[in-house]
Amino acid sequence: MAEGVRPRVKVPRSASAGEAITIKTLISHKMESGQRKDSDGNVIPRSIINRFTCAFNGETVIDVTLEPAISTNPYFEFDATVPESGEFQFTWYDDDGSVYEEAKSIEVA
Amino acid sequence: MLRACAPSLAAMAAVLGLAAAPALAQPDEDELVINGETEIVTETEAPDHMEYLDTIYSGWRFRADETQALEMDDFDNPAMIFVDEAADVWNTVEGAAGESCASCHGDVSTFEGLTASMPKVDEDGELVVMEDLINECRTERMEADAWKWSGIDMQSMIALIGVQSRGMPMNVAIDGPAAPFWEQGKEMYYTRYGQLELSCANCHEDNYGYMIRADHLSQGQINGFPTYRLKQATLISRHNRFRGCIRDTRAETFAEGSDAFRALELYVASRGNGLSVETPAVRN
Repeated sequence: MAEGVRPRVKVPRSASAGEAITIKTLISHKMESGQRKDSDGNVIPRSIINRFTCAFNGETVIDVTLEPAISTNPYFEFDATVPESGEFQFTWYDDDGSVYEEAKSIEVA
Repeated sequence: MLRACAPSLAAMAAVLGLAAAPALAQPDEDELVINGETEIVTETEAPDHMEYLDTIYSGWRFRADETQALEMDDFDNPAMIFVDEAADVWNTVEGAAGESCASCHGDVSTFEGLTASMPKVDEDGELVVMEDLINECRTERMEADAWKWSGIDMQSMIALIGVQSRGMPMNVAIDGPAAPFWEQGKEMYYTRYGQLELSCANCHEDNYGYMIRADHLSQGQINGFPTYRLKQATLISRHNRFRGCIRDTRAETFAEGSDAFRALELYVASRGNGLSVETPAVRN
């Protein structure tokens, strides 16, 4: 697991049925591109988050492939329609095999 | 005082027709509320000691709407990543004495209000800023290595302590034992430095609100420091910003952590007395 990785998610606690809500996510990660060299001239190996997914009650909301040119601490903001009460599951996949997960539930009145 | 000797930048700008955008000649009218709950004073009456300004404004009021928005929600504020990291460091034991910040100070919220009164004069009669207090704790009580002045670990910790006072009015003491330091800082503020012969006041008092090339000049308030600067993508210390400004006048600058900059920090902080602590602010 890369150092200092912490997922953060912001989802409203409640919504009305069918409402489009805004979700914000951020994961602190160095996103080392694999293109840089250290002071001795050796390539610093690539270490990035390569995939991010969001699902609602098991149904995929978005599924994103991340590439090495994406900056440190990748931030995603997107809208989702909420048909019913349930849980958003967020998953980040690291190059080193680590998987970081976060979940937020939302109440539909 | 030398201030009247040279034509002001404003006059030059007017001659060149650069001041043709009146909307940019002033701070905007936006109001800052963080997370929908913490109201921040970004405009207030200047403290009595200021002779040439009636109203003081936070630098937030001079920034574009997009930059302003980043500070209105902690989730969007990139500085909060560093604050979170500092919160972990707060509880981490380091150094030969086996202590963490938390083992003496408990919860960091006990420092509510401290940032609003810094810098101040300690019992030994020395002017101390937050960096001094932290490194004193680290070297004497934790027996750990001192942090670099503008290092990210140092500035993150200062931001974490600063957040505890967010929304409280800046109120640094300038009388009593602080008076000689304050006078020294004031002297520096009005001294022209460098080949360009610019004092702090030339830009931040005489010409705030105008554009200096592509940048909208603020009053140079430090109530939001350490500040996340978008162009550096990290937290910037007060002394780093002082150094940058003096360097831009094409002068040899003072060192970060020098007594001269401590005094300047006290004076500049006192020019913001009445504005809310905004730490960590977001600027361009």
